[in-house]
Amino acid sequence: MITTTIRRIIKTGFTNFWRNGIVSISSILMMTVTLSVVIFLLLSSNLFSLTLDRVKNEIDINVYATTEATPEEVLKLKQDLEFLPEVDTIEYISREQVLSNFREKHRNDEQIIQALEALEESPLGAVLNIKAKEISQYSGIAKFLESKTVLSDEDPNIVEKVNYAQNKIMIEGLNKTINAVHKFGIALVIILIVVSILITFNTIRLVIFISREEIKVMRLVGANNTFIRGPFIFEGIIYGVMASFITIILSYPVLFWVNPFIEKIFLIDLLSYFFSNIFMFFGVSLVVGTFLGIISSILAVRKYLKV
Amino acid sequence: MIYFDKVTKKYLDGVKVVKDVSLTIEPEEFVSIVGHSGAGKTTLLRMLLGEEAPTSGVVFFESTNINKIRKTQMNKYRRRIGIVFQDFRLLPNRTAYENVAFAMEAAGRTDDEIISDVPHVLNLVDLGEKHGSFPQELSGGEQQRVAIARAIVNQPDVLIADEPTGNLDPDNTEDIIKILKKVNELGTTVILTTHNKDVINSLGRKRVITMEGGEVVRDGNGGYVL
Repeated sequence: MITTTIRRIIKTGFTNFWRNGIVSISSILMMTVTLSVVIFLLLSSNLFSLTLDRVKNEIDINVYATTEATPEEVLKLKQDLEFLPEVDTIEYISREQVLSNFREKHRNDEQIIQALEALEESPLGAVLNIKAKEISQYSGIAKFLESKTVLSDEDPNIVEKVNYAQNKIMIEGLNKTINAVHKFGIALVIILIVVSILITFNTIRLVIFISREEIKVMRLVGANNTFIRGPFIFEGIIYGVMASFITIILSYPVLFWVNPFIEKIFLIDLLSYFFSNIFMFFGVSLVVGTFLGIISSILAVRKYLKV
Repeated sequence: MIYFDKVTKKYLDGVKVVKDVSLTIEPEEFVSIVGHSGAGKTTLLRMLLGEEAPTSGVVFFESTNINKIRKTQMNKYRRRIGIVFQDFRLLPNRTAYENVAFAMEAAGRTDDEIISDVPHVLNLVDLGEKHGSFPQELSGGEQQRVAIARAIVNQPDVLIADEPTGNLDPDNTEDIIKILKKVNELGTTVILTTHNKDVINSLGRKRVITMEGGEVVRDGNGGYVL
């Protein structure tokens, strides 16, 4: 009995879907738009966070030690800094390394190399490269370093220079931008999703509105609610499944077309990211589409079942 | 079989569309209800179908008070009553065969029953050859015959025909009345509403209830009095 009912519901759903031709196609297209928005948001949020990670990685504070500072003293400072909760990693570059880096950088510049040869001792101190966990935490680390240099009772002072002041404007600007983009992004995501869900919901409601007389007749003929609702819900599922296939298939040429531009600007290969996660994207649109189809159908039919 | 006991229906604006109607309809009877538009015929039928509740009084189907049937049980009750409307109300996306089969599917009948009963009923209304046509491909008279086939396929106890010939020409009207008589002869109670004098005259000495302004003004055998 139950299998017969399910079989009939599925058969009726397919028949209605097929015979409602244009209306079914328009529902699928609306749903495709919604799912494309979802895929677009997933891709761009990924693009955004990858870019952000890269920019974050490029930002650091450099502490230049004086030439008098011994490696032990610099390493002691490194240890102290590592106790700070804001600090993610600290890279210690010894004086010798700094010197060879410098030589490497200026190896084509005869004058500098000669000047360097003339000196008995390297004029460059060791360097600590500090990376914070969050961009907003650099100012805290800078303050700590400042207190170390200004209030230090160790004499002589081992810190020659901290380059936070130079980076400060850039770091704070970036910080503000990130916060703004984040807030704006969330608002945009919510608006886009709500709008496209409403549009899909309305389209399906319209489809069912066309069938309201049929629903009344079905009730008068003695069909129970499950039997009436079933085919509509199944149609909703068909919309969701078809729309997610179309969305994924359409994403390919669109991405193929925009990928070179994205690669130039963001240095990220979105196309290969899309392909390596294609099942995730398909799964997400399948779940969202099917869910949307089912919910819209249930809500829309409910109105006409109260006879 | 069907009892209206002092039934009154008043709408929100205070107008009484049915006033203190008491009626008994026996099994296998052929009853016509006549009256002008607004006389209360349709409201009476809607109360019998459980689509509307009486303001006072009760409507019984056998020993069941229709107004007390729970919503979830209503569809089972409705399967015992076949209905035919003036505007046919077929499912537009389904063929004649599918329209009739739908009533059986809704009633939970098996595929074997559907395969054997649907052609039989379509033959009964002379539409055996047009089973694959969609409603818009059929004439008004043919659509109404599909509607009758759908209404009787589950072998209901009662067939309600609400102005079934209202949209039809005299030839088609005659065909429909013939089919309704045939259905009645096969043992189904038929309740027919109409305001067509020729229809009543063609029914001979069968029972006619005349309604006016919500009241039963005449209840007797044969004749059209308005």
